[in-house]
Amino acid sequence: MADQVESLVEHGNIWFPDAAGSMATKVDFLYSVTMWVSVVIFVAMFLVGLYFVIKYKRSAINQKAESHVTDNVRLELAWSFIPFVLLMILFAWSFRDYLDLVIAPPDAQEIKVVAKKWLWEVEYPELNMKALNEIVVPVSTPIKLTMTATDVLHSLFIPNFRVKRDIIPNRYSTLWFEAIKPGVFQLFCTEFCGDGHSEMIGIVRVLSEPDYQEWLLAGSEDESIPLDELGKKLYVSKACNTCHSIDGTDMVGPTWKGLFNSDRNLQSGEVVTADDNYIRESIVYPQVKLVSGYQPVMPAYAGLLSDRDIDGIIAYIKTLK
Amino acid sequence: MGDHSNSNVSFYKASSGIKSWLYTLDHKRIGLMYLGLILLGFLVGGLMATLLRFELLSPEKLLLTAKQYNQVFTLHGAVMVFLFVIPSIPAAFGNFLLPLQIGAKDVAFPRLNLLSLYIYFLGALMMVAAIFMGSVDTGWTFYTPYSISSDTSVVMTVLGAFVLGFSSILTGVNFIATIHKMRAPGMTWFKMPLFCWSLYATAIIQVLATPVLAITLLLLALERLIGVGIFDPALGGDPVLFEHFFWFYSHPAVYIMILPAMGVMNELVTTFCKKNIFGYRLIAYSSIAIAAISFVVWGHHLFVSGQSYFANMLFSLITFLVAIPSAIKVFNWLATMYKGSISITAPFLYFLWFLFMFSVGGFTGVVLGSLSLDVHLHDTYYVVAHFHYVMMGGVVMAFLGALHYWWPKMTGKLYNEPMAKFAAVLIFIGFNWVFFVQFLMGSKGMPRRYYTYLDQFQPYHIISTIGSWVLLAAFLLVAYIFIRSLRKGEPAPNNPWGGLTLEWHISSPPTLENFEKIPVIKHDPYDYERMPIP
Repeated sequence: MADQVESLVEHGNIWFPDAAGSMATKVDFLYSVTMWVSVVIFVAMFLVGLYFVIKYKRSAINQKAESHVTDNVRLELAWSFIPFVLLMILFAWSFRDYLDLVIAPPDAQEIKVVAKKWLWEVEYPELNMKALNEIVVPVSTPIKLTMTATDVLHSLFIPNFRVKRDIIPNRYSTLWFEAIKPGVFQLFCTEFCGDGHSEMIGIVRVLSEPDYQEWLLAGSEDESIPLDELGKKLYVSKACNTCHSIDGTDMVGPTWKGLFNSDRNLQSGEVVTADDNYIRESIVYPQVKLVSGYQPVMPAYAGLLSDRDIDGIIAYIKTLK
Repeated sequence: MGDHSNSNVSFYKASSGIKSWLYTLDHKRIGLMYLGLILLGFLVGGLMATLLRFELLSPEKLLLTAKQYNQVFTLHGAVMVFLFVIPSIPAAFGNFLLPLQIGAKDVAFPRLNLLSLYIYFLGALMMVAAIFMGSVDTGWTFYTPYSISSDTSVVMTVLGAFVLGFSSILTGVNFIATIHKMRAPGMTWFKMPLFCWSLYATAIIQVLATPVLAITLLLLALERLIGVGIFDPALGGDPVLFEHFFWFYSHPAVYIMILPAMGVMNELVTTFCKKNIFGYRLIAYSSIAIAAISFVVWGHHLFVSGQSYFANMLFSLITFLVAIPSAIKVFNWLATMYKGSISITAPFLYFLWFLFMFSVGGFTGVVLGSLSLDVHLHDTYYVVAHFHYVMMGGVVMAFLGALHYWWPKMTGKLYNEPMAKFAAVLIFIGFNWVFFVQFLMGSKGMPRRYYTYLDQFQPYHIISTIGSWVLLAAFLLVAYIFIRSLRKGEPAPNNPWGGLTLEWHISSPPTLENFEKIPVIKHDPYDYERMPIP
């Protein structure tokens, strides 16, 4: 299983990242056609303009224009009609591709996504599994994401597949794709959603059929690694790092450095010690004891983390002195 | 006003003292005050842009936190759109020149004109106040429900934009009345300079579309203040409805910005080619066509919002249609240069820059209007590059062209032409340096409004940021040229460029009453074949 997220910049051509979705080559092809036709017209206009500027440059102060032609009906009809025809071709072509791009095949496998400030909650209904910031899918299988948001607008964008769709609270929106090769691909939020917007990113892990079967059997947990290392992994994979630093920097939420066993000044005026139970509660139900000076923006992780995950995060926080 | 005014004295000298400016009803003074405030807005918005670009040198924090970055990009957008681009050409140059070009002594409603200036000033003050009340961080689009839940000064900013809208409406009403009723004898609609046509088309959009923005912003303020539940999904409201309302104004607003710029282009190309405009009627009609079609393309901002496929199809189709009148104008300008007597001055360079950059903006706009392509490019830096090519590469270039072209008329001073040409070249280089690379970055997948970014995008950001320093230097040079002209510039002759439209028939700067005798119009505005150059 490759773990490296594929670079958008290094792979693919100068314009686009690597085409890893079934629709990507179609989109890229239409873009190339549109761009090259545009370039030809643009360069022609540029050369005509440049020629006129050089050829008809005023050489004497009182020089008059050589000709005062102000109308040419044929020419004007031509440059109204030709762009019209070209644009209509582009319109029809892009609309046809668009329908393929947005209408999911009926046999697509469904995955649910809940977007919230600032993480992606991924649920596999058929597997009864939940995960954060990572969508695992088999290659060459149509996948349909059914998405909703709990707070503000978000938008899910996977550049390698050329798909994007806004996500709206209290409403389901859908997006489909079919990966044509295994790999790990970048996923972005592209609708501005506040302080952590630019860190609301995740990955799509596309597995070959045998790897996918293995992943299904293995489940998501690895019991063998020590608790604090598990916590260190979860710090990134569960998006804690979007809001909590480990080096003392103040971000959206309090830093984890030196957090354990420190005194916390709550908004209620109370002072509590950050012991195991306090941290556990603050992960599962973050709004219950809010530290003063911070907004109540953290989503509740109840049901999203196993007991061992929570133990792991607490163990990791203890190492950050 | 001006009880002792002597008809041979320039409008600057007709009366003096601070009150003579604050209470003036003279369209020229009002235009100049607008110009000063608008340039101030451009300076503030521009410095914010430079700050944003500096922060983006690195994905790590350099100067700003994420929240501050979001506040600064919001302000950059709001200041540039509401305080600079929308009023720029119509309120400053339109006010100064519309009466001159149609042979009138003033606009139809001089008091309303002064009122619109004060309303603009009030709106600007409210926006400045909002900065100090916890500067807004929603993006200039104020999308709900984020703008409902944000703890920043959304209400004050939105009310500021609401007030600014009235200034825009009043200017529009004034121009429509002026153009209908105040044209000099003999100036039929088709003998009117094309700049006036473009102001007319702009005014129609201002009057019809701005009230929609006013309603939308009021509803948003109400939503925040008393939670009426129109846009907030938590109360059963619909955030997509807000997007529709917002863009129903804000897309036509794009044409409020670009149409007057296109109008300036007609004046520049005819004067500096000493040639009648090619296809006068087609250009005039295309202004009106653009104004009309611009009302029904707003949905192309919502291609990935969840709007129906059918609506997406219609909006894509209509978006392509609006490209045609724009293309026609570009071809007509090129044709006007054919067999002309072309004088390459600083304002003409800005004309050429507009042609170049607006075309890039137009072609990439067609790409974004294509449904299947927009899905990938939506909300990436590709869009950022596209609208800067249109707004800055188009409107700002025309604004600079207008500033150079009419500067001698407005101030009575000449500026240093070789230095201005050099600055123009520097602006061209700087602009393309900043923005071209953003197309590549965007299509590669870099989303917009990102405070931090993947390391792999850093080279693009560094290139763009270095370009922003070139551009900043170029603008400072332009500012220096004009300040120097004010202090030491040679007196300008009445017609330094050999223009034909009426403003070049009168003194530089004009007298209070503009015309000693109202002219009688017999020729087309740009008829270099039959009319002697004044």
